[in-house]
Amino acid sequence: MNPEFAYLKKIGNEPNNLIKGLQLIQSTEGYVSDDGIRAAAEYFSLPEVEIEGVLSFYAQFKRVKPGKNHICVCDGTACHIKGSSQVHTWIEQELGLKPGETSDDGVFSLETVACLGCCSLAPVMSINGKVYGKLDRKKLAKILKDYAEK
Amino acid sequence: MSIKFLRVGVASCGIASGADGVMNLLKEKAGNTPVIGVGCIGHCYAEPIVEAVLDDGSSIFYRDVKPVDADIDNILACGEENRFEIPEARRKKEKVMVLALAGKVDPTNFDDYIANGGYEGLKRALSLTPEEVVNEMKLSGLRGRGGGGFPTGMKWSFLAAKQAEEKILICNADEGDPGAFMDRSLMESVPHQVLEGMLIAAYATGATKLFIYCRAEYPMAIKHLKIAIEQIYENKLNVINGRALEINIKEGAGAFVCGEETSLIASLEGKRGTPRFRPPFPTDSGYLGHPTMINNVETYGNVPVILRNGGAEYAKIGTEGSKGTKLFALAGDLKNPGLIEVPMGTTLAEIVFEIGGADPAEVKAVQTGGPSGGCIPVELFNTPVDYDSLKALGAIMGSGGMIVIGKNRCMVETARYFLDFTHRESCGKCTFCRIGTTRMFETLERIVAGKGKPEDITLLEELGKKIKAGSLCGLGQTAPNPVLATLRYYRHEYEAHVNDHVCEALQCNALVKLKLDQSKCVKCRMCIKNCPVDAISDDFVIDADKCTRCNSCMDVCPKKAISRVSE
Ligand SMILES: Cc1cc2nc3c(=O)[nH]c(=O)nc-3n(C[C@H](O)[C@H](O)[C@H](O)COP(=O)(O)O)c2cc1C
Ligand code: FES
Repeated sequence: MNPEFAYLKKIGNEPNNLIKGLQLIQSTEGYVSDDGIRAAAEYFSLPEVEIEGVLSFYAQFKRVKPGKNHICVCDGTACHIKGSSQVHTWIEQELGLKPGETSDDGVFSLETVACLGCCSLAPVMSINGKVYGKLDRKKLAKILKDYAEK
Repeated sequence: MSIKFLRVGVASCGIASGADGVMNLLKEKAGNTPVIGVGCIGHCYAEPIVEAVLDDGSSIFYRDVKPVDADIDNILACGEENRFEIPEARRKKEKVMVLALAGKVDPTNFDDYIANGGYEGLKRALSLTPEEVVNEMKLSGLRGRGGGGFPTGMKWSFLAAKQAEEKILICNADEGDPGAFMDRSLMESVPHQVLEGMLIAAYATGATKLFIYCRAEYPMAIKHLKIAIEQIYENKLNVINGRALEINIKEGAGAFVCGEETSLIASLEGKRGTPRFRPPFPTDSGYLGHPTMINNVETYGNVPVILRNGGAEYAKIGTEGSKGTKLFALAGDLKNPGLIEVPMGTTLAEIVFEIGGADPAEVKAVQTGGPSGGCIPVELFNTPVDYDSLKALGAIMGSGGMIVIGKNRCMVETARYFLDFTHRESCGKCTFCRIGTTRMFETLERIVAGKGKPEDITLLEELGKKIKAGSLCGLGQTAPNPVLATLRYYRHEYEAHVNDHVCEALQCNALVKLKLDQSKCVKCRMCIKNCPVDAISDDFVIDADKCTRCNSCMDVCPKKAISRVSE
């Protein structure tokens, strides 16, 4: 197996650990590359197509490398009602990004998710897992600026 | 009077409002006074919240606390600024049983839970026979809180009756309804309570292996559960009938359909999470073929309460067919969004207006049950909340997401939103669900874009009925509900869209333009400066072709001279 993915050995190689294994690859690499698929296929003794099948089924898995700062804009019901589409518009205007895209300099990437569980603070987004609520245009611009400068 | 200790709400909603900064500064400044991080107290609109518990046991709450010296010093001096009185209506209407310890105990502290009656339910259960425990559950009348409402005691008796070497118990913590956060709050705030419920269930049913299937978007819940499981192992609470039970956490990977029990099991097995035909029911053949029982987080959260006080006592609360209390995640267009717990039978009006503080003149409807549910118009808000009453109205109890929809929201757009969600989340196995929901979604997209035709309304109704009949699992069977319910109560909105090209709520961008009222305008040029597409001319006229209806100008106009009007 590709030694780059030797950390897979931390978990058992029974096929019912496949999703766990892919999650481990993603949390380490940031996404699941073709090499990652090959390594998982070998480790779990499953055909590569089956790994692809599982990856494509679950929204969480990414096949392209995300930016340094990964933005998740919530489009759950509460956030939608409270104007999450505006948040998308604002981000597009600030960063020129649409959901699923990574900026050319690799600093930001954008994704839409369904509910971060902070509905009472809608509209909500998270950057690298940290949640920001009650967004308005000004607040958003400031948060993005802070990350861009980091 | 001096402060005995301080509580800071540091659940996800608190952290998102900056509670971690508040906590750190409090710790720095409080000297010897203990500062405890606790879960969610339910008043999410007022986060970050700090509770100062005084020597005499009384408390002072502070709201919207900022991590600045002034705010912290004010609290430490029991000052008057930022004080927060729990609204009277809420104290009267709520009945806090399942959430009794949320916001009171440190979720990572085992002793804290024990000191507050923790694991007494388990202790009582172990003093009974397994059959007696199942009977207590039957007596309580508890029905599954995951949305289906299946009687919990009966489900337990199915698994208990199975003879097998390995029996599996699963906690469904996938909380897929986008707009619901009851399960998250419960797991983050009192993880031991959920686990205690699972251990009681394991004893009653003879289960040998325990799983929690939690959505990956809930990192704090997962962390707190992991800590709690370690503490359970240390204290050997998992040793039941002489056998040490394993408790595993599996993270979901973002698929709504995995909340459905057969999909969830497929996902646990590491596969694509597609549902399968039942029978066999999971209690006959589930995870890797073993008999398997699935209950929801909140269902398990109720179990210690039932065992502590007895099933008969529990059954005194609620209505004839729906016993106990229910947690609701209140959000949307209202003043006080948050997590509430009310007895079954409380009316929607009490929840939305009295507890939620919504303005009756501003509310159009409430949406329950998320993408599987429906809306209930404000005219019917005297309906008591229980499984059967909501079903009769074309909505469902669901898992507890409750979104208040204001008068300025378009119901066609709301239905479009839900179908956008379900057509993407359909696993693709059933043709009606896969293609039918996509067609419904496309039709709704057409209508909100102002390109709908009168026959689209009948098309939606027909498709809806067929998808319900032709789908294998609950996802497809309920996916048309948001459309059918809005058609039932707000047909005129659909008709206005397709016949007159009017969106009454002025929400659908394609049917709305922005208008600048010259008589109110003071020519400050804020709108011109803020328009991202240069659609406003130097003499303050908005070019409807260029304008994207992003409302940036409306938001910055100091005189409110710009408004949305029908095309
Ligand atoms: C599409 C779909 C999604 C579901 N999502 C959830 C969920 O997120 N959480 C949950 O507890 N139950 C969910 N359910 C219900 C479960 O299938 C199951 O009925 C429930 O977990 C049983 O537990 P209970 O009897 O304690 O309610 C879902 C059902 C369907 C059809
Ligand atoms: S809907 Fe956005 S956090 Fe729940």
